[in-house]
Amino acid sequence: MRKNYGPIYVAPIAFWLCAFLSVPLLITLSYSFLTKGLYGGVELKFSLAAYKSLLNTAVFKVLLNTIVIAVASTAIMVALALPTAYYIARSQVKNMLLMLIIIPFWTNFLIRIYAWIAILGSNGLLNNFLSAAGITDAPVQFLYNQYAIILVIIYTTIPFAIFPLYSTIEKFDFSLIEAAMDLGASKTVALWKIMIPNIRTGITTAVLFTFIPTFGNFAVPKLVGGTSSWMLGNLIERELNITRNWPLASSFSVVLTSVTMLAVLFFMRSQSKKEL
Amino acid sequence: MKSSQVTIENVSKNFGDFFALKNTSLTISKGGFYSLLGPSGCGKTTLLRIIGGFEMPTDGFVYFDGINVLPLPPNKRHVNTIFQNYALFPHLTVFENVAFPLRLKKNTEAEIKRAVQENLELVRMETESKKYPRQLSGGQKQRVAIARALINKPQVLLLDEPLSALDAKLRQHMLLELDAIHDKVGITFIYVTHDQAEALSVSDQVCVLNKGEIQQIGTPSEIYESPANEFVARFIGEANYIRGKITALADAEHAVFESPDYGKFTVYLDKKAPIGSEVAVTVRPEKIRIALEKPSNLPIDVNVLHGTVEDMIYTGFQTKYFVRISEKKDPLIVFRQHVQYFMDEKPITWKDKVCIWWNTKDSFMVEVGK
Repeated sequence: MRKNYGPIYVAPIAFWLCAFLSVPLLITLSYSFLTKGLYGGVELKFSLAAYKSLLNTAVFKVLLNTIVIAVASTAIMVALALPTAYYIARSQVKNMLLMLIIIPFWTNFLIRIYAWIAILGSNGLLNNFLSAAGITDAPVQFLYNQYAIILVIIYTTIPFAIFPLYSTIEKFDFSLIEAAMDLGASKTVALWKIMIPNIRTGITTAVLFTFIPTFGNFAVPKLVGGTSSWMLGNLIERELNITRNWPLASSFSVVLTSVTMLAVLFFMRSQSKKEL
Repeated sequence: MKSSQVTIENVSKNFGDFFALKNTSLTISKGGFYSLLGPSGCGKTTLLRIIGGFEMPTDGFVYFDGINVLPLPPNKRHVNTIFQNYALFPHLTVFENVAFPLRLKKNTEAEIKRAVQENLELVRMETESKKYPRQLSGGQKQRVAIARALINKPQVLLLDEPLSALDAKLRQHMLLELDAIHDKVGITFIYVTHDQAEALSVSDQVCVLNKGEIQQIGTPSEIYESPANEFVARFIGEANYIRGKITALADAEHAVFESPDYGKFTVYLDKKAPIGSEVAVTVRPEKIRIALEKPSNLPIDVNVLHGTVEDMIYTGFQTKYFVRISEKKDPLIVFRQHVQYFMDEKPITWKDKVCIWWNTKDSFMVEVGK
């Protein structure tokens, strides 16, 4: 009989996930039900105080803002990544184009965000250009709002949409498009009715890969967002480092993780139904 | 169904420096079964794609019943294509695949149902309509592709190596089925293949292409029995070449032929050949008889050569003998059927000295290739 090596193969990753995902999640979950310590940390006493303080309109506003930003950025990213990935997959120089998308990753994430501040700031490149061209008299405030957050999130995250889409489009059999055109479809209709349904796994992956990091993003709203455009990640960071209310920070994390998981589950369910 | 005559007029196509088609003209008659035959890279698929509208010719015209169709995109021509890999839509059922063109036209549900049912019955796939392409065998996919290609009622059906993905047995079967469907729908079929057996067995007309140029157009038997040149003779079936020179005329139909390697014999003049012209006399292996000794009662109009069996290949229904006549040239190939009624025939094997002969009318001449 053949020996089953399966458990041995999965042991390293199972250990890794346990130690650095499941256990921290459980710790976070249990912290959210404990009492806040005086100088940070927690006291081992059951309490629902954290969840009670969640129920206020300010928190709700932040949650709503997070959802709006995450959904809008994800939608825009997938919409932009689709034609980009299509173009790359059909190009003669695909390796070079993929390289061009990877190159920005060689620069640190934070530095790239600061670069946007240098471009969009009131004394930045764009404002200087606009006033030099005589289009504006006073500097326009591009930064510190939702749009700046969405713009920078798209800039930093869109490769995660392009790559999965590229890999499915690259494998897609384009003779199907010719067949559809042969049967009377225009090119647009053929792409829409034949290509899109057949690259659905790529679209699903692109949505998940962009939605999840966007929903939990805190560096981008911290640097280019204003207090009115805070996201959940910023609340968690404040409770953890400044207010030092760890149970509250944990309860925010629980909300963030649950909403992400629910959204992912819901999305995957709706996609898998269409497959046969 | 309505069918069209297709006329190709001086069509050329080049991709950069590469000439896929050179000044090609041909006429495909209404309702015919027309084959474009040639090795890969001969331009047959390019020609098909030009007719289908997937490729624009560099030069020339394509007419359907006298109307120039070049300005029309594929979806505006009354042509449908059966692709080499079937190109069924993997996310749609058999029914929806066939219904796809009708849904684009926004036909009513009842019309779609009736038409799809009718076409699936034509290819005997009506019971599989709820399956997905991945659940079908190669032959079934092929049938669905046919049903789908016919649902728009095209006047011309283009078939791009439709059987190449099937195994040999199934290919034979599907070929007969294609022929039957052609008879039933009566539209023009243009069939691209590199397989000469396929082309010969179903076509009314065959056009042999090589390196972007038409080599010969004719019925299957014309192509096989009197190839226009060495390429056609070599490409279709097997043939023996005997190079030499016409030295004298024997009578109105025969000439004396001399080869430095094979000797002197009489050839039938299937085309004009003046005295002194260099030609290759070509004989198909199945037209040559082989025996250990020269029979005493041979008629006079046969050519006889003597040689040694160098090799033999047993293929079941016949044996292929390689008979060496000349040290300098390739051995001649001879087929011998295995039938019991040649009772006087002794078995022939390696190293045997043999006599081979053929009727002078069974050879044909082709010009000597450079």
